[in-house]
Amino acid sequence: MDYLVTHSPALIVALPLLAAFAIPLISRLGPRVRAVLCLAVLGLVAALVAILAVDVHAVGIRLYTFGATAPEMALPGGYMVPVRIMFEVDGMSIFMGIVITTVAVASLIYSLQFLNGQTGQARFYSLMMLLYVGMMGLAFTGDMFNMFVFLEIASIAGTGLAAYRTNMADAVEGGFKYIVISAVSALMVLLAIGILYAQYNVLSIAALAHYMQYTTLDMMALGLLAGAFVMKLAGVPLHMWAPDTYTVAPAGTTPMILAASYTSMYALYRITFTLYGGHIDTAAIGWIVIIVGVLSMFVGVMMAVHQTDIKRMMAYHAISQGGYMLLGVGVGLAVIADPVALANYGRDAMNGGIFHIINHVFYKAMLFMTAEAIFFRVGTRDTNKMGGLARNMKWTAIFYAIGALAISGIPPFNGFASKLLIYQTVLSFNPVLSVIAMFVSLVTLASFAKVFYSAFTGPEMPGYKEVREVPKSMLIGMGILAACIILFGIFPGLIVDTIVAPATEALINQAPYINAVMGAAP
Amino acid sequence: MSALSYEAYAVWVPIVWVAALVVIGVIVLAWRNRGQKSYKKGTAQTDIFLSGIKVPPEEQRHVKAENVYWGFFEALKGFYSVLMRPHTGVVNDYILWFVALVAVAILILVLGA
Repeated sequence: MDYLVTHSPALIVALPLLAAFAIPLISRLGPRVRAVLCLAVLGLVAALVAILAVDVHAVGIRLYTFGATAPEMALPGGYMVPVRIMFEVDGMSIFMGIVITTVAVASLIYSLQFLNGQTGQARFYSLMMLLYVGMMGLAFTGDMFNMFVFLEIASIAGTGLAAYRTNMADAVEGGFKYIVISAVSALMVLLAIGILYAQYNVLSIAALAHYMQYTTLDMMALGLLAGAFVMKLAGVPLHMWAPDTYTVAPAGTTPMILAASYTSMYALYRITFTLYGGHIDTAAIGWIVIIVGVLSMFVGVMMAVHQTDIKRMMAYHAISQGGYMLLGVGVGLAVIADPVALANYGRDAMNGGIFHIINHVFYKAMLFMTAEAIFFRVGTRDTNKMGGLARNMKWTAIFYAIGALAISGIPPFNGFASKLLIYQTVLSFNPVLSVIAMFVSLVTLASFAKVFYSAFTGPEMPGYKEVREVPKSMLIGMGILAACIILFGIFPGLIVDTIVAPATEALINQAPYINAVMGAAP
Repeated sequence: MSALSYEAYAVWVPIVWVAALVVIGVIVLAWRNRGQKSYKKGTAQTDIFLSGIKVPPEEQRHVKAENVYWGFFEALKGFYSVLMRPHTGVVNDYILWFVALVAVAILILVLGA
């Protein structure tokens, strides 16, 4: 067991990486063998993530230094700075690990029957595994250069998946847009890393945070990093690529690409809080995050309610919901230097923002799956052409209703729990922001009610009399996420206490992250 | 452990609310079951009356998504024309926005440092 715990950070990334390259070979033995391999690998990795989560919760930060005589040894003998590739898993990293792994398992199960009869499945599953590797690596990495490497892996795999349906022109266009914005963002990240490396000769996040002098060049690097990650997380006004890409990606992969966006949000938080935290003007930067959050909430929801393409509508809602996460964490960042405000509402605001990440990924992933279930059976995403689908697609309608109520913040679903924390805490910070957040939830409900009414209710349309419910694996994929939505809604205190609060603590207090690596350094 | 606390007091106790919803649901269903049952389906008693105008067939009565909230969008036409303008769908424009935002962010950070 100790061996597994010690090596789990590396195994969680290595196993799916090996599987990604083995899948094209295994596929020659048949789709059933390939499915078993994918399920076995992700099942094993999910178990490792659970083991690692328990360890991080009980013991604290888990270091894994590649090539060291002991994985926990960050500094080689005689060295004052870390030079090896390193994973550093703290409360925030493992929180993202749980989010990404849950979505990956549900997406994989959903895709098994969704892809039946389609060509290029070996490449699809390879890319899916690579996307998982990219996201987990980004969440676990302890150095800036590997942050860039894993960002690239996730971007390239995400592009391949977005453009998977090459017979559809808009899919190729969506994939193209994703690779353009990803490449430009990654180049800016690389430039920023170059600026930091040129000054400090280190790449480790902990070492950089330890030696940071907050020079003008450092501030320029922060601007580049923030811009790049805001682009990747689709924050307004850099959100426009998201509807184009999310809409066209196959159902099993849209949730994964969505999770990749929130992994970029994680990177933004890691940079802002851990790398630069403590010595910058956190109030000003917190307000910038809040403004981006409020703009994302408002613009996203107003664009969403206007859409008639069901996936495009959901994509705009993804932008809008991302705004809540930025708002909650932004409020925490704005008051981080004020211990009284931080204790009174700042920490809880961050809890709300971080809790909303996992809640949103679950219900939005399920909503995307319901949209693609409709496309799977009806062959269109245009809600103008739909009607009466609940008669023949009862389970899909139920899952859609659960997701719609959750995203609108209706109790007792999980979206309500995180939104309530955000409303309450933001009210103490600035009541106007709280009112905007509530208004956005109202428009969200209106938007999802419109689609539910036009797609699922009403008379049976003549062209859809033969429509049937989707295959079981797709229902199981949606069911896993629906169960998470309900459980997280009924036991929010348990989730906040066990996985959200440690993530918030990891962001607020940068010292343990730095000391885990630099503890022995002068 | 189900309660969500904020500033050390519970603000949301879902199990109590779920239990309350179940009780309310049972009462509503019981009340509904006491309703009128003597009407005859498929007769004039259940036909739609539209001021004497001939009612179109069922499929044509479904309101399309683009017509839902028509008044809302009509009232906000000016707002939406402004909101739609930057959403060109051209990737070059996306990058221009990115360059502009990064420039502004760097200016704020460098001048504020």
